[in-house]
Amino acid sequence: MSVPALEIDHVSKSFGALRVAREVCLTLAPGARHALIGPNGAGKTTLVNLVTGLLQPSGGAIRLDGTDITDLPPERRVALGLARTFQISSLFPELTVAENVALAFEAKLGHDRQIVGRLRDRTDIIDGTAALLDSLGLLALAPRPVTDLPYGQRRLVEIALVLALAPKTLLLDEPAAGLASSDRNAVLDLLLRLPSALTILVIEHDMSLVFRLADRITVMVEGEVLVEGAPAEIRANPAVRDVYLGKRSHG
Amino acid sequence: MTTDAQASRIVRDAFSRHPLSWIDALPWVAVAGLYFAAGTYLPLGTQVMIAIIFALALDLALGFGGIATLGHAAFFGLGAYAAGLYALDISTEPISGLVAAGLVGGIGGLIAGPLVLRTRGLTLVMLTLAVATLLHELANSFKSVTGGADGLFGYKIAPVFGIFSFDLAGRTAYWYGAAVMAVVFFLCKALVNSPFGLAVRGIRENQVRMRMLGVPVISRLVMLYAISGALAAVAGGLSAQVTKLVGLDSLTFTLSGNVLVMLILGGTGSLYGAFLGATLFVVLSDRAAAVDPFNWLFAVGIVLILAVRYAPQGLVGLIEQLAARAGWGRGRA
Repeated sequence: MSVPALEIDHVSKSFGALRVAREVCLTLAPGARHALIGPNGAGKTTLVNLVTGLLQPSGGAIRLDGTDITDLPPERRVALGLARTFQISSLFPELTVAENVALAFEAKLGHDRQIVGRLRDRTDIIDGTAALLDSLGLLALAPRPVTDLPYGQRRLVEIALVLALAPKTLLLDEPAAGLASSDRNAVLDLLLRLPSALTILVIEHDMSLVFRLADRITVMVEGEVLVEGAPAEIRANPAVRDVYLGKRSHG
Repeated sequence: MTTDAQASRIVRDAFSRHPLSWIDALPWVAVAGLYFAAGTYLPLGTQVMIAIIFALALDLALGFGGIATLGHAAFFGLGAYAAGLYALDISTEPISGLVAAGLVGGIGGLIAGPLVLRTRGLTLVMLTLAVATLLHELANSFKSVTGGADGLFGYKIAPVFGIFSFDLAGRTAYWYGAAVMAVVFFLCKALVNSPFGLAVRGIRENQVRMRMLGVPVISRLVMLYAISGALAAVAGGLSAQVTKLVGLDSLTFTLSGNVLVMLILGGTGSLYGAFLGATLFVVLSDRAAAVDPFNWLFAVGIVLILAVRYAPQGLVGLIEQLAARAGWGRGRA
C-alpha cells in the first residue's frame, strides 16, 4: 500500500476537562475524497485546526505524506502541500479579489518577502492569478474588494485562494455552509472539477453534497469516530441514522 | 472567453496601487514655493519635513502593516543619538551620518521586533511603549555617552557634499531636509508597490489566513518594523544634524504620541496623510504657541476633536470624499 496522503493517528485534544477529540484515527489515501460528518460540536473543525496546526494536539501524531508534522508550525505544513478553507470565509476584506488570489500566489512562489520591484511587473504572479480566476469564472470580480461581494461569491474566492497554493492535500471546512442552492451547486461543480490527484477532506452538513463528492465517509460524535465506511454503508448504518441522519437536520 | 493577455491586464488593473501622479508633485512644489515665501520661518519648514519623514515611517508600520505602536520615538531617538555621536566621534560628514542613524534604527527594529511583534492589540501597544521608555531611561542614565538630561551638543556638521555648508538662516538645512524627504518618500512608495507591500497589507487584514497561505507572519512583520525603524531613525538623525542638539525629548512618550496624532490626523495607509497631518500639526503647534505660550495645546485639542468628528479617515479621507462627491474621484487609492 502506498504512503497515505494524510494520517491522523490516535489524536486527542482537551481544553481543561473538556475532551474535544479522543483518539481520533483517520487515514486518507492519495487522491481520496473523504467526508467528515457529524452533529454540531462533534469536533470536526477542531480536527481540521489540529491538522493545520492552529491547535496543538494533547496526544497522538499527524503525518502528511509520511512526514510527521505534529510539531510543525502552520506555515511549514502549508509548504509541505497542506491547505484549508475556513467555515466562515476568511479572506482579506479590504483587498480586491485579484489581490486576495495574488497573495496566495506570491506566498506559494516565495515572493512575499521581495521589497525590490513592482508587483505589477511580476508576470508569474499576475498570469497565474488571471488564469485561475478565469478558469473559475471569477475574472469579472477581480477589481472588487472582497468586502463588497455577496456571501456565495466569497466562498468561491475562498476556494480560489487554496487552489492558488496548488496543495496536495486540501481540507474544506463546510464549503457550502449558508449558501443558497444555486451557489451551492456552483461550489459543488467547482469541487467536482478539481484534479483527481488532489486529496480532499471535506466537512459538510449538506448530505446531498457529501454523497455526490465523497468516496469515503467518517462520522464523528462528541470527539470520537463513530464509524467509517463507503457512502452506501454509512447511509445504511442504523447507529448513524440515530445520531445524525434521521434525527434532525443541521444547517 | 478572454485571452490570457486580456485576463492578465484585468488582474494588473485590479491591484490597488500607488502610482506616481500629479499629486506627487504637490509637496515638492510647496517645498520650492515656501523657500521663497517662508522667510524667517524656513527652520519651521525643516521641522515640518522631519516630522513628515517620521510620520511616513510610522505609516509603513501602522497604516500598511497594522502594527499599533506607541513607541516609535524609540527609533527617532536612536537615530538622533546615533547621528549626534557619529558627528562627535567619527565624522562630521552628514550623509554618512544619516546612513549610520538609519542602520542603528534598523538594527534596533530587528532586535525589538521579535520581542514585541508576537503580540497584538493592547499588549503590543504596551510593549512598544515599554521599549521606548526603557531607551529613554538608558539615555538618561548613561550620561557619559548621551549627556543625560543636558543632551548631546557642541558637534559640527560638515558641508553637504563638501560644498553646501549649514547656514544660520537654515537654507542648506531646508534643501537637505527636502532631499532626504524625497528619498524616503520614494523608498516608501517602492515598498508599498512591491510584492512585500501586498504581503504586509494581507497581514494587516488577516494574520491567521496569511499563516495558512504559508507566510511566516512574524518574520515579515519584523522586516517591516526594521525598515520603518530605520526611516524613523533617519528622521531623528536629520533632526540631530540640523538642530545640532540631541535631547532626551527625542525618546519621549510625547513624541511617540505626537507622530501618531499627526498620522491619524492626515490619514493612515496612503503615505499622503503623513504630509498633510505632519504639516498641520507642526505649523498649528508652532503658531498656537506663538500666540499663547501657555494654552497653545488648547488649539491643538480643538483641531483634533474637529478632525475626529468630521474627518474620521483623516484629511486624506476627507479630500477623497469631497473629490468623489465632486465627481472626479481617482478610484481606489
